Amino acid sequence: MLKYILRRVLQAIPSLLGITVIGFFLVHIVPGGPAQAMLGPRATPLRIAQVDREFGLNKPIPVQYVEWLGQLLHGNLGTSYFYNETVWHLIMVNMPRTLSIVGLGILIAHVLSILLGSIQAYYHDTKFDYAMTSLTYFFYSMPIFWLGIMIIMLFSISLGWFPSGGLSNPLNPNPGFGSWLAHTTLPVLTIVLTTVAGWGRYMRTAMSENLIQDYVRTARAKGIRESVVVLKHALRNSVLPLITLLGFSLPNLFSGALLVEVIFNYPGMGLLFWDAANQRDYPVILGIVVITGFLTIIGNLLADLLYGIVDPRIQYN
Amino acid sequence: MISPEIEMRDPLQGNQPVIERTRSISREWRAFWKNPLARFGIGGLAFLILFSFVGPIFYHASAYQPNLLNTLHPPSAKFPLGTDSLGRDYLARMMLGGQLSLEVGFAAAFMTTMIGVIYGLISGLLGGSIDALLMRLVDIFIAIPSLFLLLFVDSVFKPNALLLIVIIASLSWFGVARLVRSEVLSLKRRDYVEAARALGANNWRIMIQHLLPNVMGVVIVNATFQVADAILTVAALSFLGLGLPPPTPNWGEMLSDSMSYMFQNAWWLIYPPGLAILLVELSVNFIGDALRQAFDPRLRKR
Repeated sequence: MLKYILRRVLQAIPSLLGITVIGFFLVHIVPGGPAQAMLGPRATPLRIAQVDREFGLNKPIPVQYVEWLGQLLHGNLGTSYFYNETVWHLIMVNMPRTLSIVGLGILIAHVLSILLGSIQAYYHDTKFDYAMTSLTYFFYSMPIFWLGIMIIMLFSISLGWFPSGGLSNPLNPNPGFGSWLAHTTLPVLTIVLTTVAGWGRYMRTAMSENLIQDYVRTARAKGIRESVVVLKHALRNSVLPLITLLGFSLPNLFSGALLVEVIFNYPGMGLLFWDAANQRDYPVILGIVVITGFLTIIGNLLADLLYGIVDPRIQYN
Repeated sequence: MISPEIEMRDPLQGNQPVIERTRSISREWRAFWKNPLARFGIGGLAFLILFSFVGPIFYHASAYQPNLLNTLHPPSAKFPLGTDSLGRDYLARMMLGGQLSLEVGFAAAFMTTMIGVIYGLISGLLGGSIDALLMRLVDIFIAIPSLFLLLFVDSVFKPNALLLIVIIASLSWFGVARLVRSEVLSLKRRDYVEAARALGANNWRIMIQHLLPNVMGVVIVNATFQVADAILTVAALSFLGLGLPPPTPNWGEMLSDSMSYMFQNAWWLIYPPGLAILLVELSVNFIGDALRQAFDPRLRKR
């Protein structure tokens, strides 16, 4: 087991390195270059050369990459061109906000999709099943940004229950837990609705496949109570693939979070990235691409390890 | 990594004689046509295509002509879907916007599928260290949220429609490649591939003659979902203020513009583009699911 963990961790290292290579070269081969972006379209060539020298942008790109990677290993991602802050600081401020809405979204979506999928599979081909299948199709196909707009129109404008965006009320100097809850509810709701639509469908398929398996019939034949058969036998086996699915879904969840943050003007990594892309703030762009890539790979790694712990059938040889 | 696709595969499929292929394909298409999902999907898509491409022949209002006397006009006899903040006719803009959204979506999905199929075929067929290397590259790209890369590349190049198609395709094919490669890995162990190899067929011939036709079912199903993804991506990028340059409208951009008038309750600006995107997505997903049910014998039984 320990050996397996070690091997998987070692296997992740080339992937992490690959992300840095792709991120770095993508950002540095673009036309115009950072100096042009920083100084605007009317910059003189002399001034551009000066800035290039200042930031070490006149060296060959592979040399720049090695230097940048060395800095990265020291936890230094450079300084933003536009905010007078280090990239690391910006990410550290914004990332917990994104992780909180994505994490909460994942948690609630997991619970709801397991519930929904199991009930649908158990009572399959009933009116409830059909209604829920239509509903999940509907939310699955709905663009997350339109869903966000609809949610704002319903809960903020028509009903006035929640603020339409931001992270806190600027007039309130000491925002407490209530304020945080009010501002995160709608973004989380948006993420949950789209995610449950996808996972719920998956869960329904997994559960209905398990319910017709021989071991379920055997369990019933033995006279085990129906609730135990469903909850202990079928459900446990159906939940397992969700762990893998979670690992696969992480990049999509981050993409979705970006759109949600833009709609709700929620200051997280997505909004930071959007601003950075519009301003050509290369160190921030690169930092976020690398960090989200790292998070995904680590998330996948954890999902794999967790799967091994939860499912005793997995052998490590 | 334990992938769900591998576990879903039918263990009996390996014993199917190859000769049955042509007959079973027509049976699969019949199953597809009988499926109400397929009918709804085809109907919805046909409606939107007619609306976008044939609609302007019958509805002559200009999508570009500003009319400052009639800005933010609610729907009326003169303006069936109202006007936007510059007084431009919203119905005409919806039609024109649909053309661009659908064209870019379908073209990008087609290109994504092409790249993914070729990459997956090569990787799966060659196997060994080349396969390991190629797939590792795919793993890395899949780990980076695609919208982040798209957003960045898009903001740098400020693309026209053609370049946007290329950008979307070149950043979306990884999943297709992985899928095709895993299919090829299982197919290339089959007897008929061994037989072809024994008869002296080279890799190229095996790929085109034997593997490609047999991965087509999976690829077609997946391509349908790629269309849904690509249309959504175009809309999302346009929604973020990137995507395609003005003045040509598209649904995503119209939706993001309408957000500014949310508090003035300009509902006629918000619902049409959103509903249009929703209808495309629903239709395409329905078609994809109907295809999957038709092509996967295990799903058809139920």
